[in-house]
Amino acid sequence: MAPHLILQVVSKLLIPLIVVFGFYVQFHGEYGPGGGFQAGVIVAVAVILYALIFGIDAARRTIPPVVVRVGAALGVLIFAGVGVATLFMMGTGEPSNFLDYDALHPDQGHHSGQHYGIILIEIGVLTTVASVMLAIFYAFAGRVPDIPDEEW
Amino acid sequence: MSHADLTQYLDYALIAMLLAVGFAIVRLRNLFAVVILMGVYSLLCAAWFVSLDAVDVAFTEAAVGAGISTVLMLGAMLLTARESEPAGAGRHWIAFIVVAAAGAALFFAIPDMPVYGDPESPANAYVGRMYLEQVPHDISIPNVVTAVLSSYRGFDTLGEVVVVFSAALGVMLLLGFGTGGRRREDGED
Repeated sequence: MAPHLILQVVSKLLIPLIVVFGFYVQFHGEYGPGGGFQAGVIVAVAVILYALIFGIDAARRTIPPVVVRVGAALGVLIFAGVGVATLFMMGTGEPSNFLDYDALHPDQGHHSGQHYGIILIEIGVLTTVASVMLAIFYAFAGRVPDIPDEEW
Repeated sequence: MSHADLTQYLDYALIAMLLAVGFAIVRLRNLFAVVILMGVYSLLCAAWFVSLDAVDVAFTEAAVGAGISTVLMLGAMLLTARESEPAGAGRHWIAFIVVAAAGAALFFAIPDMPVYGDPESPANAYVGRMYLEQVPHDISIPNVVTAVLSSYRGFDTLGEVVVVFSAALGVMLLLGFGTGGRRREDGED
C-alpha cells in the first residue's frame, strides 16, 4: 500500500469536496448549470475514486451493493411518485395532470408547487443516476482483481 | 463584431484539436491511450459547448463523457486485452467509403442550416421562444434549461431516468448484481 500513500492522502481530502460540489450542483440547478443528472454522476465519481484508491472491497463496505440496487429503483419511484401525487393533490383547486407540479402547493402566485416538484424529481434523478453509475462500476470492477501495482 | 470573430477562432481551434484527437484515437493500438484520449475528446467537446453558450450540455459532457465514461471504459479494458488487433485492409476501404458518403451528405446539408444564433431558426422560433417567454410567468426560476427539463418536459425526463435504470438493470443481469464473479471464485478457492 506504500506506493499509494500520496494518492490516499490527497483523495481523502478531495472526496468530501467532490461530494459537496455534487450537492451544490444538485441544489443550485435552478439558478445555474447543473441538476440531478450531473450531480448524480459527480457523487458516484466520489465513491468510484474511493474504490480505485482504497480498493473495491472497502467501497463495497461503505456503500453496499444492496443500497445501490435499491437506490436505482427508489429514484424512479420518487420521480413517478411525484407524478402520481400530483394526480391526487388539489393545490390548484381542480384535478390536475401527471407531473403537473402546480398541484403540490396552493400558493400559485410564487409558483411554490413548481419549485417543490422540481426539487423532488431532481432528488429522484440524483438517486437513480448515482446508484446506476455505481452499479455499473461495481458490476465491471467485481469481475477483475484489483489493479496490480505495476500498472499504476 | 470583433468579439464574435475572436470566439469564432476559438471554435476553429477546438474543432481542429477534436479532429487531431479523433485521428489519434483511430490510429493508436494501445487501448489505454485510446481510453484516455476519448476522455480528452469529451473534455474538448465540453469546452466547445461552453464556447457555444450551452453550459448545461457542457457540464453533462464533462461529467459523463470525460469523467464516468473514462472510468467505465478503463474498467471494461481491464476485462480484455491492452492492445487492439489491426483490422483487415479490406474493411478499411468499406468503412472509408461509408464515412466519406456520410460526410459528403453532411457538407451538402450545410447551406440549408440556419446561421449560428439566428433567432428565427426553427430551434429558437416556435416552442423554444415560448419557453423563454413563459418561464418567468409559469415557473419563475432563473435557469430555463432546468425549467424545461423538469417541468415542461417532465414526462420526457421521467423516461430518461427509466432508460438509465434499465441500462443498469441490463448490466446487472449480464455481469451479476455487483457482488461479482470474484466473490464466487474466492468461495471456490
